[in-house]
Amino acid sequence: MNDLGTNILIWVIHAVLLTVVLLTAFAYTTLLERKVLGRIQSRYGPNRAGPFGLLQPLADGIKLIFKEELTPAGVDRFTFLLAPVLAAVPAVVVFAVIPMGGKANFFGTDIHLTLAPNLNVGILFVLAITSVSVYGIVLAGWASNSKYSMMGSLRSTAQMISYELAMGLSLVALVVVAGTLDLNAIVDQQKELWFVFLQPVGAVIFMLAALAEVNRAPFDLPEAEQELTAGYHTEYSGMKFALFFMAEYIKMSVIAGLAITFFFGGYREPLPLFITRALPVLSVDNTPWLGPVYFSIKVVVLLFVQIWVRATLPRLRYDQLMRLGWKVMLPITLAWVMVTAFVVLLRS
Amino acid sequence: MLESYLPIAILLIVATVVCLLLVAVGTIFGPRRKSFRKGSPYESGMQPIGPGTRRMSVRFYLIAVLFILFDVEVIFFYPWAVNFRALGLFGFVEMLVFVGILLVGYVYVWRKGALEWD
Amino acid sequence: MTVEVIIFGILALIAIAAAALMLLTRNAVHSAIFLVVVMSSLAVLFLGLSAPFIAMVQIAVYAGAIMVLFLFVIMLLGAERIGARDMVSWHIPMAIVLAVAVLLLGGYVLLTNPAVAVVDLPTEQIVQGSAEAIGQSLFSGYLFPFEATSILLLVAMVGAVVLTRKEKKSS
Repeated sequence: MNDLGTNILIWVIHAVLLTVVLLTAFAYTTLLERKVLGRIQSRYGPNRAGPFGLLQPLADGIKLIFKEELTPAGVDRFTFLLAPVLAAVPAVVVFAVIPMGGKANFFGTDIHLTLAPNLNVGILFVLAITSVSVYGIVLAGWASNSKYSMMGSLRSTAQMISYELAMGLSLVALVVVAGTLDLNAIVDQQKELWFVFLQPVGAVIFMLAALAEVNRAPFDLPEAEQELTAGYHTEYSGMKFALFFMAEYIKMSVIAGLAITFFFGGYREPLPLFITRALPVLSVDNTPWLGPVYFSIKVVVLLFVQIWVRATLPRLRYDQLMRLGWKVMLPITLAWVMVTAFVVLLRS
Repeated sequence: MLESYLPIAILLIVATVVCLLLVAVGTIFGPRRKSFRKGSPYESGMQPIGPGTRRMSVRFYLIAVLFILFDVEVIFFYPWAVNFRALGLFGFVEMLVFVGILLVGYVYVWRKGALEWD
Repeated sequence: MTVEVIIFGILALIAIAAAALMLLTRNAVHSAIFLVVVMSSLAVLFLGLSAPFIAMVQIAVYAGAIMVLFLFVIMLLGAERIGARDMVSWHIPMAIVLAVAVLLLGGYVLLTNPAVAVVDLPTEQIVQGSAEAIGQSLFSGYLFPFEATSILLLVAMVGAVVLTRKEKKSS
């Protein structure tokens, strides 16, 4: 155990690294999305800036820095500035608790690869942050003094709180199986069998609800440009707009990271057991630094799935969306929780 | 106790500082050429009619109330789920009663058409 | 003791300052934002009391769900621009009288209660407010209040629907 001063130094470095990695991940998720969407629609996607368009995110970033920060008349300035920050910060903070590996040895010091690994209420922390991330959107709509922003943010908020219920309930079924709220313990329990095989319905509901929660296609109603222009960020430009954009794309990674942690074995190796038995060096138990590598590979796969879904499915209508959330997902999840509990009861 | 939450606070501060820095960079390097047209809220190119924020539909209020009620229910599920194996059949029946009473409310809300979005 | 007392002091100051700002701002939405700050610092205070479950629920339900409802109500009524002129005339004197009364009562309790002191509890006396511990007592000793809560939630549901929905006329 290190003393508190050393620990704080390690945490600060860790937090800065994590933020930088997430910013880079955000930049390249936009490129991945444009490339994949392009290929699915039989075109190339960005390929001018650098080889395969690899410098495109950099070019976009520089361009956004030199754009004018418009503040329309009649805007509530304090809230107008606060809203994009409130949207982006929670997305980053969730990553403090998502397990990315066990303890690893760097320069003679034991460092845990997860920033905050000792939370015994991990799942509740995730839910708490999720419920706070509504503010960025609702305040952006109110502060903008624009009808499109207001409508977009109201719809978006109602959508988020409706699907938060299904999301929370789908995790209850998981907790019944796992018997703990600790994210690291949940990952450790999936050493031999991923929870997706025990909780298939829970996993599907979680992914759907999470997509709706972060307003991704096919639930991207707030950005239904045909009816709402750009929804809650209609009046935003420059780097403030970039923060909303960043929030959305980091949240894609958050969904991927959470789904991996809950259902797809976390940072553990995505390999069948007989391979790790033959080659124990590939297991995270023996090579801890492979944890983040496996984690990143799985995140990229799930990011690809999310983009694929966006390219495939048309957007829902608003009344269909609310009906799906309240009349279909909520009762199904409730039933699934009770069924899971019943089966666990029978087997014990 | 508090020490295991300290890294979260540190990440919170770092993330907030980075976000504010990004906005600051944009404000420093971006041009500032104000004009009347640029300053008016977007309304498909027309002069905005009336105030931008107006009173909203009561349906959103209803959704928010229902959300709180079901959210409290979901929160109650967690201590139950964590202890489920220890509680056994007794815990299962307890939760069935709880869910049963709430289902009455759910059916009522459904039948009254409060979940419709027409 | 010292570190926890310092953290408590900082958070208490933040909470009180945010609460004062909430009362003093003219704009209802700004008040709501400051109330969120108050709720969040209360959550961290719960963490300091070894009650992580309550802390997270405080954020998820109070800082999250209930404050969103507050914001919706403010926007529903268009109440964010109600100025000082719209206040009731006896508002301020009444508020002062009540505030003084509450301060006197709090001061009386603090001064006459001998148990008011910062004490370090021995570790074995600290009750861990984890989800497991809360579940164990909730589903054994507090069974009736738990089931009664569901009735309370049911009543609230019916109330919300009755207040907001008009019966559809068949015509």
